[in-house]
Amino acid sequence: MTTAGVTLTAALLGLVAVGAQAPAATPAAPKPATQKAAAQKPVTQKAVAPTAVAPRPPAVSRTSDGRPNLQGNWTNATITPFERMGADRPLVLSEEAALEEERKTQNAIDARETASDPNRGAPPVGGEARKSPNAEPTYLERVWQAGAGVVGGYNSFWVDPGDRVLRVDGQPRSSILIDPPNGRAPGYTPEGRARLAAATAARTKAGGEYDHPELRPLAERCITSFGNNLGPPMLPNYFYNNSYTIVQTKDHVMILTEMVHDARVVRMGGTHPPASFRQWFGDSIGRWEGDTLVIETTNFHPNHGFRGSWENLKVTERLTRKDATTLKYRFTVEDSTTFTAPLMGELEFRAMAPDEQVYEYACHEANYGLEGVMSGARSQEREAAKKKSQQ
Amino acid sequence: MRWVSVLKASVIAGVVAMAVTIASSPAVTGQARTPGVPRLNGKPDMNGLWQTINTANWDIQAHSAKPALAMRPGPVVPVPAKEVLAFGAVGSVPSGLGVVDGNDLPYLPEALKKKEENQANWLSRDPEIKCYLPGVPRATYMPFPFQIFQGDGTFFISYEYAGAVRNIYLKDPGPAAIDSWMGQSYGKWEGDTFVVEVTGFNDQSWFDRAGNHHTEQLKVTERYTMTGADHINYQATITDPGAFSKPWTMSMPLYRRVERGARLGQFKCVEFVTELMYGHLRKEPIK
Repeated sequence: MTTAGVTLTAALLGLVAVGAQAPAATPAAPKPATQKAAAQKPVTQKAVAPTAVAPRPPAVSRTSDGRPNLQGNWTNATITPFERMGADRPLVLSEEAALEEERKTQNAIDARETASDPNRGAPPVGGEARKSPNAEPTYLERVWQAGAGVVGGYNSFWVDPGDRVLRVDGQPRSSILIDPPNGRAPGYTPEGRARLAAATAARTKAGGEYDHPELRPLAERCITSFGNNLGPPMLPNYFYNNSYTIVQTKDHVMILTEMVHDARVVRMGGTHPPASFRQWFGDSIGRWEGDTLVIETTNFHPNHGFRGSWENLKVTERLTRKDATTLKYRFTVEDSTTFTAPLMGELEFRAMAPDEQVYEYACHEANYGLEGVMSGARSQEREAAKKKSQQ
Repeated sequence: MRWVSVLKASVIAGVVAMAVTIASSPAVTGQARTPGVPRLNGKPDMNGLWQTINTANWDIQAHSAKPALAMRPGPVVPVPAKEVLAFGAVGSVPSGLGVVDGNDLPYLPEALKKKEENQANWLSRDPEIKCYLPGVPRATYMPFPFQIFQGDGTFFISYEYAGAVRNIYLKDPGPAAIDSWMGQSYGKWEGDTFVVEVTGFNDQSWFDRAGNHHTEQLKVTERYTMTGADHINYQATITDPGAFSKPWTMSMPLYRRVERGARLGQFKCVEFVTELMYGHLRKEPIK
């Protein structure tokens, strides 16, 4: 954490503290008094640990060794973006603003569920842009447009992004990111920018984006989830399958991400392996700080870090079970060789309904998508060559 | 074979232990509590890293060593197929007495024919070559470790090979909602043995590299019995009226990986088969 980072964190905590004084919005979840005290506690990274000094909340179930029981199926689906949209928006939204956001999202979902007109004509070449039912398209609509394009793509049957604004301690939020305080990712250092440019140049040199399977996104290749589901940090992907299973033993915590059935094994205690040892999703070591599970992850894989950072990336996650259905999640992303400041974010995971299961996500075993994408590109090339030879 | 003698020793030890337990505490439960086994909430604690030591993944039945799995006719004797020739002895098959009780597999005629076709077309058909999920019980005896996470009310197995996972439900989840590679697992304790019923399979996974296969009617009943702190006796009974005329059983010990710092590695092999599966779709395929 740099000095600048500490200052930003302190400023942010001021903001959170102001929000914390607003009346609790969710009637079902009484806010423990300690939460407010923790939020107001200033300054260093360590002091932010929400439950380091907190007495045990009584309602939380415990494992036989006395730890909070984090086990179960969880989802972090939300319509709140990672980064804040709109420069002047506050982190904490009014309940009215949150409800309006949810209503607009529901409009968009309803619009996608409208039956197609069987007598409609052929779509224009290049596809038909879907009209938003809202004056301004919502965040989800923008993501869907970018993710599925205008040709075909997913209709609402296929997507399950959630329909709720993120609420942390009952406060509706405009972004997952809480630090930098403006809710936008920090800039890149000159070194970070140079590294990104070199990576882009290497890809461009290797060929066009459809020339080689290795130039396709990892999710399309069924190597990782899309978005940053497993991470760490574990973020919603805004499409579907934002499901997790946590199993906890005395010396390990296993976090399964439904998409692409990746199990992250967190060892309790120990030291990270040498820097030359790299794993997808890094090497995670856990420890308990009071009732909070703190996980520190380093040794990230060159192809799967966070926004261009991997070699010196450190992610610290804090998981606290607040009640039967809520897991509070706070994370810090640090790499001073890549970012000009650390990033900090907050989420709440919600317990999946007891009858909901996490299913097998056998992606690679039926990856017609990648084959179709590559074959399509080859087919276009053949057609172009044929046209050229006819001229 | 080492595992045979270990198994015999385990069985003898188990019988002796049972006799001692029954003799010394006749009034308790009638279920033997295996001595020397770590416990969690009164049940054997199977947390840890486990692995088999056998050649079942090559062939679950008794087999001799041979130059390669894929062979072609040679001028004098069969020789390794072109595709695997470069591997030399690295690609050769180690022998094994097999893990199937009684060795014979009660295939129905059609299913036996398919097994033989699978064997002849191993390179193009074995799901392992494409890094597909291994299914059950093959996941157990892949030459990779797996980790059991046994918590309060939870039992989860994470396999190093292909990152395969199984959440063993401890409450009956009802019939599987969808077919899958790893099936749906429902486990319960019978005394000190953890019994897992696995159903809801697709018909895509194999039992080994020898082409042994099943249909979507497969049901696997696994029995995990700790015989000591570092050994589990593993049994899997295969019931599949689509492929076999009667159920059959395989058994083998699981060994705890006891070396310092032992941990589950990552074998995310999807990346490794990129050229094999998609190389022909490059703009200019590599010559």
